[in-house]
Order: sequence, then structure tokens, then C-alpha cells
Amino acid sequence: MLDIRALRKTFGAAEVLKGIDLKVARQELVFIIGPSGSGKSTFLRCMNRLEEPSDGSIYVDGIDLLSPKTDINAMRRRIGMVFQSFNLYPHMSALGNVTLALRKVLGRGAAEADAIGLAALERVGLAEKARSYPSQLSGGQQQRVAIARAIALEPKVMLFDEPTSALDPELAGSVLAVMRDLKIAGMTMVVVSHEMRFARDAADRVVFMEAGEVVEQGPPEHLFGADAHPRVRAFLTEITR
Amino acid sequence: MTSGELFLETFFNPVIIVRYLPAILKGMVVTVEVAACVIVTGIALGLALAVIRSFRWRTVNFLLVVCVDMLRALPPLVIVLLVYFGLPNIGLTLPSFAVLWLVLSLVLGAFAEEVFWAGIVSVRKGQWEAGRCTGLTEFQTLRWIVLPQAIRLTVPPLTNRTIAITKNTALGTVIGVPEILNQATTAQSFSGSATPLMMGALAYLVLFVPVVIAGRYIEARFTWRRA
Repeated sequence: MLDIRALRKTFGAAEVLKGIDLKVARQELVFIIGPSGSGKSTFLRCMNRLEEPSDGSIYVDGIDLLSPKTDINAMRRRIGMVFQSFNLYPHMSALGNVTLALRKVLGRGAAEADAIGLAALERVGLAEKARSYPSQLSGGQQQRVAIARAIALEPKVMLFDEPTSALDPELAGSVLAVMRDLKIAGMTMVVVSHEMRFARDAADRVVFMEAGEVVEQGPPEHLFGADAHPRVRAFLTEITR
Repeated sequence: MTSGELFLETFFNPVIIVRYLPAILKGMVVTVEVAACVIVTGIALGLALAVIRSFRWRTVNFLLVVCVDMLRALPPLVIVLLVYFGLPNIGLTLPSFAVLWLVLSLVLGAFAEEVFWAGIVSVRKGQWEAGRCTGLTEFQTLRWIVLPQAIRLTVPPLTNRTIAITKNTALGTVIGVPEILNQATTAQSFSGSATPLMMGALAYLVLFVPVVIAGRYIEARFTWRRA
């Protein structure tokens, strides 16, 4: 589904990504961990060209994402993104947030967009909050609306950029539950997060990044086990201390 | 004549009030016409310029900022005189009403552009990113996500600025637009009395006090509480 090769990203003189390869299979959940400043968020943001990669290639479902001929807006619609800070539109209701792109990008009529939007909100357990505004929702609810906004467009892959980092632990649970449901429903997902327990339970593969490089990757049993690379173990010891 | 009577005779002479009331009322109509035209075109111009600026074309933005800064720096009276007495020399003669409308629209447009731009910039980057991530184009993101938030933020400062510039319709008097001040000074020189000027001042109060009050109401209503 995702095929990324030799991806580089430089900001001025600083090389943030130093040639990363990553393949993500259909329905796979890949979890990216690593210390802050390791480039994992930048890497994720390259996958829908929120950041423009400096070099390398990204193929999404066989389509060259970096080609000038590729319609980036059409591609982004099929690559859902969830942010640490939710980024809901504060002047629109939950349903308005979910249906905006349906109406303006896909040209759906109001009734059809509302039906799709309500179904998406239903999937994240918030159909009854459709008319609420973001300021009236808890952080966890806002993030679930943000997930609904992405899944309403039927993405082929979903990117999660530290989706629970801005949330209290008891609110994070509801977001993780929704992500687990998505995984079970067969969504292809790439998640940058510090939720190690979730990684252990739900991830198919864990990728450890440090200083712009992939140090090690493998099934969670391996990365969280005793045979992992010493830097992985050092990092995990550090954050669980 | 006591000083109190002298005061009333000078500023509130009933004979003169009756004689010049029609002229002042005509002036009020003209002032309202100019003001309404300036508000509509000035704010539309400011919004259009801010939208153009948000596309961040380097050369265009440089020129835009230079023009806007000049319009904000120059006293409007200077621009009014320059346009009214200058343009005929290159064969372009505009009626005085049009000159006043044009100049004040440009000035309001320049200030409004700065206010709208400040609003657009203050919308967090994540809002743009969220829009673009769902496949909206840059313009769609601006139109549906950023501008509605920016405009809410800009209503209070924009209201103030609009009132300040609309009052400059009085500058029309120097180029013969028959607005309130023009009617009042004409009447003053014919009558030799200060009463028409006082009538003019009262006419401005009648027109602008409600606008100022409305502005205060709008400001209170649109004060944006961030989520």
C-alpha cells in the first residue's frame, strides 16, 4: 500500500531524514517510535506531502506521490491524517467538520454528505454529538471527530501523528479504542506515538527511528523483547522509567 | 446682549437654522451616499487584497505591501487633492464625488487589507494543514476554513477603522462634493454666522453616533472565544 524508498528531508543544513525505506502492506498497522527529534513526525508528514521530501520516492497504492503529474489533492483525500492537536474547525459543528470535504471536494449534496458524515461519527461513537461544536467536546471526543473526518473520505491509509499526546490518559483510551476498531476493520495505518502498550497489543510491526534513520524494525514481540537493538532497549527503559 | 444670548445668537440662530436646514439635509444625503459606497468597496477591496496576499507570490506581495503602506502613511487629504487636481492634467477628469469615493475606498482598502491579513495570519497553521489533508485546494481551505475564522477576529478592529475612515467624507468639501461640511461652510460664508457649522456638527453626530454604538454592539458580539 505504501512503498517509500531512500526518503530524505533537509531543513537548510540539517538533514532530518537520512534515506528511509519503509513498506507498509495492505491492512498493516505500522507503529513508529523513537526519541523526540528523531524525525518520525517529519517522516509521517512526508507521506502526504505536508512536508515536501528533498529526495527519494513514495508510492501510495502504486501511484507516485511525488510526481508533478500526480493530483496531490486527489491523493490526500485517500490518505487520512490525524493530528496531535486535532485541528478541528472551531466554527463548524462536528458534522460540519466531517462533511466539509465531502461537500466541497467530492461535490456530494448536503443530505448525502450528512448521511455519510453521521455514519462516520457513528463509527467513532459520537453520532449524538453531531451538532456540537468542538469547544463543547472533550479532547478525546474532538480527536474522535477528527478521525471521523478522515474516515468519511474512505482513505486507503491513515496516518496518525501522536494522536493521544495532547490527551489525559483516561481520554486517550477512547481514541485508542477507535483506532483498534479501525485496525480490526482492515484499515492500513501508520502511527507515530508513545503509546507503547497500544503498540504491543495492536501493531503488526514496530519501527524504531533515531536521528533520521530506522535503527530497527520488526514485530512488537521482538522490539519490546530482550533481543532488541541496544538503542531500542535504552530508549524503552528511558521512557518507562 | 448678554454673553449667553450672544452664544445662542452665534451658534443656534433660529432664523439661520430654518434657512439652511434643507441644504444641510441635502448634505447628509450625500455624506451617507459617499460613506455607504466607500464602506462597500473599501472592505471588498481590502478582503480581495488580503486573499491575494495569502497566496504569497513574492513580487505581487512586495508591490501590494508598498502600495498599502503608502496609502496608510499619506494623509487622505493629500491623496484627495493629488487625484482631483492631478489627474485632469493627464486627460482624466473625474467628478468630485467619484474622486472622493475612489480615494477613501483605496485608503479603507489599505487599512482593511492589513486587518484581514492579520486575521488570516492568526489562524493556526494546523487549520490549513487539516483542510489540505482532506483534499481541499489552497483556495478552498482559505474560503471555507481560514477566512470564516479570520473575519470573526477582524470585526472589532475593522469596525473602528471603518468609522475613522468614513468620517473622512468631510474631506470632500475641499473638492466641492456637496456633503455636510461643504453645505455648512457655504452657508456660513453666505450668512456670516457660525450656526450652519454647528448644524453640520450636529448632522455628523446624528449620522455617526448610531454607527459608533452599532460598532460597539458588533464588537461585543463578535469577540471570538477560542476553543
